[in-house]
Amino acid sequence: MSDTKTFSLTKEQVQSLNPVEGIKDKSQHLRGSIAQSLANPVTGAVAADDTQLIKFHGIYQQDDRDLRNERRKQKLEPAYSFMLRARVPGGICSPAQWLAMDRIANEFGNDTLRLTTRQAFQLHGIIKNNLRPTMQSMKQVMLDSIAACGDVNRNVMCNPNPVESKVHKEVYDWAARISEHLLPKTQAYYEIWLNGDKVDTNQEKEPIYSKHYLPRKFKTVVAIPPYNDVDVFAHDLGFIAIIQNGRLAGFNVTVGGGMGMSHGDTETYPRAADVIGFCFPQQVLAVAEQVVKIQRDFGNREVRKQARFKYTIATRGIDWFKQELNDRLGWKLLPNQPYEFISNSDRYGWIKGYDGRWNLNLYIENGRIADHPDWPLMSGLREVAKIHDGDFRITPNQNLIIAGISEQNKAQVEALVEQYRLNTGEEVSNIRRHGMACVSLPTCTLAMAESERYMPTFLDKMESLLQQHGLESQPITIRMTGCPNGCARPYLAEIGLVGKGPGKYNLFLGAGHHGERLGVVYRDNIGEQEILRVLDQLFAQYVAQRESDEKFGDFIVRKGIVSPTATPQDFHFELQHQAAV
Amino acid sequence: MLANILQEFASPLTKEQVDKIQAAVGDLSLEQVNWLSGYLAGISAGAGAQTLQAATNSDVQTLSAQKPSLSVESTTILYASQTGNARALAEELYEQLKPQGSHIRLADMADYNARQLKNEQQVFVIVSTHGEGEPPDDALPLHEFLFGKKAPDLSHVKFAVLALGDSSYEFFCKTGQDFDERFSELGAQRLFERVDCDVDYRSQAKAWSGQVVEQVSSAAATASASEETKPQLSVVETVSRYSKFTPFSAELLVSQPLTGRGSSKTTAHVEISLEDSGLSYAPGDSLGVWPENHSSLVEQVLAVVGLNGEQEVTVEEQTKRLKEALVVDYELTQISPALVQFVAEKSGDGSLQAIVQERSELNAFIKNHQVIELLQKYPLSWSVEELLGQLRRITPRLYSIASSQEAVDDEVHLTVGLVDDVRDEQHYYGAASRFLVEAEEDQKVRVFVEKNKHFKLPDNGDTDIIMIGAGTGIAPYRGFMQQRESVDTQGRNWLFFGNPHFQTDFLYQLEWQQWLKSGLLSRIDLAFSRDQAHKVYVQHKIKEQGQELFQWLEQGAHLYICGDKDNMAKAVESSLLDVISEYSGKDSAYAEDYLQQLRQSARYQKDVY
Repeated sequence: MSDTKTFSLTKEQVQSLNPVEGIKDKSQHLRGSIAQSLANPVTGAVAADDTQLIKFHGIYQQDDRDLRNERRKQKLEPAYSFMLRARVPGGICSPAQWLAMDRIANEFGNDTLRLTTRQAFQLHGIIKNNLRPTMQSMKQVMLDSIAACGDVNRNVMCNPNPVESKVHKEVYDWAARISEHLLPKTQAYYEIWLNGDKVDTNQEKEPIYSKHYLPRKFKTVVAIPPYNDVDVFAHDLGFIAIIQNGRLAGFNVTVGGGMGMSHGDTETYPRAADVIGFCFPQQVLAVAEQVVKIQRDFGNREVRKQARFKYTIATRGIDWFKQELNDRLGWKLLPNQPYEFISNSDRYGWIKGYDGRWNLNLYIENGRIADHPDWPLMSGLREVAKIHDGDFRITPNQNLIIAGISEQNKAQVEALVEQYRLNTGEEVSNIRRHGMACVSLPTCTLAMAESERYMPTFLDKMESLLQQHGLESQPITIRMTGCPNGCARPYLAEIGLVGKGPGKYNLFLGAGHHGERLGVVYRDNIGEQEILRVLDQLFAQYVAQRESDEKFGDFIVRKGIVSPTATPQDFHFELQHQAAV
Repeated sequence: MLANILQEFASPLTKEQVDKIQAAVGDLSLEQVNWLSGYLAGISAGAGAQTLQAATNSDVQTLSAQKPSLSVESTTILYASQTGNARALAEELYEQLKPQGSHIRLADMADYNARQLKNEQQVFVIVSTHGEGEPPDDALPLHEFLFGKKAPDLSHVKFAVLALGDSSYEFFCKTGQDFDERFSELGAQRLFERVDCDVDYRSQAKAWSGQVVEQVSSAAATASASEETKPQLSVVETVSRYSKFTPFSAELLVSQPLTGRGSSKTTAHVEISLEDSGLSYAPGDSLGVWPENHSSLVEQVLAVVGLNGEQEVTVEEQTKRLKEALVVDYELTQISPALVQFVAEKSGDGSLQAIVQERSELNAFIKNHQVIELLQKYPLSWSVEELLGQLRRITPRLYSIASSQEAVDDEVHLTVGLVDDVRDEQHYYGAASRFLVEAEEDQKVRVFVEKNKHFKLPDNGDTDIIMIGAGTGIAPYRGFMQQRESVDTQGRNWLFFGNPHFQTDFLYQLEWQQWLKSGLLSRIDLAFSRDQAHKVYVQHKIKEQGQELFQWLEQGAHLYICGDKDNMAKAVESSLLDVISEYSGKDSAYAEDYLQQLRQSARYQKDVY
């Protein structure tokens, strides 16, 4: 690597930037006053500045929003608790790690585990005093939450499907290496949470990030065609594995994808990533590092809502970016190699791998692992983990693969699946198999509308609607989020529902079935009845006029029901409305 | 003050005489001056030959020797109160007797010079008993004096005793008995038999007071009729027209849970309007609340005793329906020993009779049962007369006030812990706590203010205070803080608070956070007992902060304890003794003495229950 550029900001510069930059600036490599906040017995919250810093340690401060008003009257502060996101590169964890997370969730969390759309575990409802014990218990099984959130590179995703070939393992190893390579170097995490020795922060270096880290969060994924389950175009940086003749030839590089936007702020919008060239496997770390550094140096630190990498690229242009990258690398990316995606969903049920071992892709509604009264999912998985001789894989669709089951263990796993009524997805409707919802209320501070809690009943209605139109076997992707930040990547679903207010959603249509094209906002701020009425009409039209094998999203675009323009008006209904007037 | 008056207006006195008077009365309490004024009036009205010289120069014996020459017998009502009942009765009696003249005096035992006792002529003692037969704090010095080596000869003294108590305790009215017997042993002449009152003391106390009034009046009638009554300094505070037995029917403004979801207990914040009542209070005072029994409990009682709630009964000369009387007039939660005894006898139940025979078993039974359980367990056929004859009259409950009028004007706030005992999956609630917790906006609540001069902020706002409380014991401290916030004080404030869980039981959390932020609250130490494997209570926090706490005390801080008497207060006191001993480097006797000094100088005050 020829690049030796470093990044620094003067005091005066920092003052002109958004406030989070100031917090990072004086945080002494992400320490801030977190330790003092933890020791403060009067509140279950951390100090305001620390709420920004703990994200770098994988934690968000939340509160039970259902109880906010009630507690205010009780003269109690909000029911603060923390969401902790464990870093699980590629979503792979061992049975021992699963058992540890299960125990931690029941001891310190809200008795549930959440599998996320970025292949991580989320623990919810951890009160402040339990944060340290949680981190320490995770450490015992070699898990951490470093950089699981915050303005750094987060959990690196990778297609988890182990069935295809041993190349998959090789690709996964690269994902894990990228994750390690882009981790912050600060010892703050060990010091604060794991009783590590105090280090001299003046001597501490962040060679990739600098003391100000990135302007905003940064997400990296690795896709293995033909599956685009990681939604490679939705992330800041992506690598599409190119497998030729059963060998890993290298990766196509994608940059500048991102989901988040804000209602009413037309300067914000989701963006699909550009594919900018090809690199060999040994070049992956250098590419990743230089991409991150370009964003570090050129990302917008003045306006936080413009700080994502996608805006850096959109503002300066993709050609500028390629040039900058090539300059920094000292060599040029090769031309894109051909690849084909066929789906961004999961394949459910039992599949035998190339290595003769068995894999069971379970359907996990909304990624929530819990014991329901009539459906002891969490207990079932615990029992599986106790006897399992392979590993567990969290899919980017929030499902779980019990992977690498040996032939002799298969019967035992099957028996447990039956005993605990684990859902293998085979009985699940198509719309459910292709559905995804974010966590939202009551814990997420950003939520404007229900999502995880509402999605199941909404899908009941979708099922009967599709049945009326004879579309029950048609795979259609549907995703719901409680706000426009896009955790469940709704802009890449053929039917996207983005929360705007209680019971109200923006309806997005026209996205590509396997995540290759963003949807367009079709209706603004509508409730369930109107959503179902609109879809009822469109399904009728679809059934009558679709071409053979034409996907719902493609049909919508072909008929001009929405017309993607690759401009902000695709996502802001008010811009379309103005254009129409 | 007194001396100035003498100098300015008392021209018949020489400078020397004034000095002597000054020397003699300068350090007397208001109470004592009051007494003295009666004495001087007596001299003046009597022989007249006595010189002032004789009175002021004499020692106590000389004064005593003058007694027989007084024409009207001096009368002192001597009381000691823990919860305010004895004081209320004493004040009432004083109001009745006052028109008779200046020889009638009212004295709190806490302010009474024990050595004066032998100079008294008629003494009427009203005293309560608390805990396991212990005298109220205020009665301790006099009690010790009477039972000590220096106990005086009381052969010139006539007396009578009204004892207050609670028959659910083993040593019922013990302190009253002590005084009664000891006065007699010391030669005093008993005017009439002691009366022992249970918690529904109203009618017995009335009868006893009637006897006193009769006695004093007849004594006065036999004395010289020519005597003038003179106005005198009143020691009784202005009494609002609303008091214990004439409570104010107040409007309830708010009854709002303070404990969050999932809490193991229900604690409520209650706001009541005192508008137009003329009632006022100071932080540290208590609010008396007359509870009303829940209608469902009344229905249960009626069902089990087989009586018709619609029938008319007469209570206190008022005719009403039985079920209404059971709501308002009778105790339906706490059991009296007499009720157990009655049921034991009437049912002929051997095991219950055995319980009644054994005091400790009876106490345990009373503690673990409510009236309805007793009635259900031993079904009898009850006549209305039997039922109303056996049930105790309902009594008001006292709550430490959780507000300051400086902050809330004519409102009064309470912190109410719901008494909720679960036995055999049935809930048994406390009468008043349930009444308040379930009360609805605009509902009427009969209340009165019970002053508590033994739990008061320091007069000087610059004095530091250390507030120690658990559970609802936090109530008066909220009042303290409101007061200190409103009147702009400089003294530091330190709170120790304990409850089971941080998340649900940090009472008034937002307010404490605010006071901490504003700097009014200097320190806070919290003990959430069940948030970790080992239980942590306030007494542990006190030890943990011992050095700092001792420094505060050395710098003059006042110390307060409020809350549970049996567990918390005792453990806290023991921690305090340890801390004092450790950081003073002295032994435990020193620590005891240190704390005693604080107590005597009113720097260590308790409001425990």
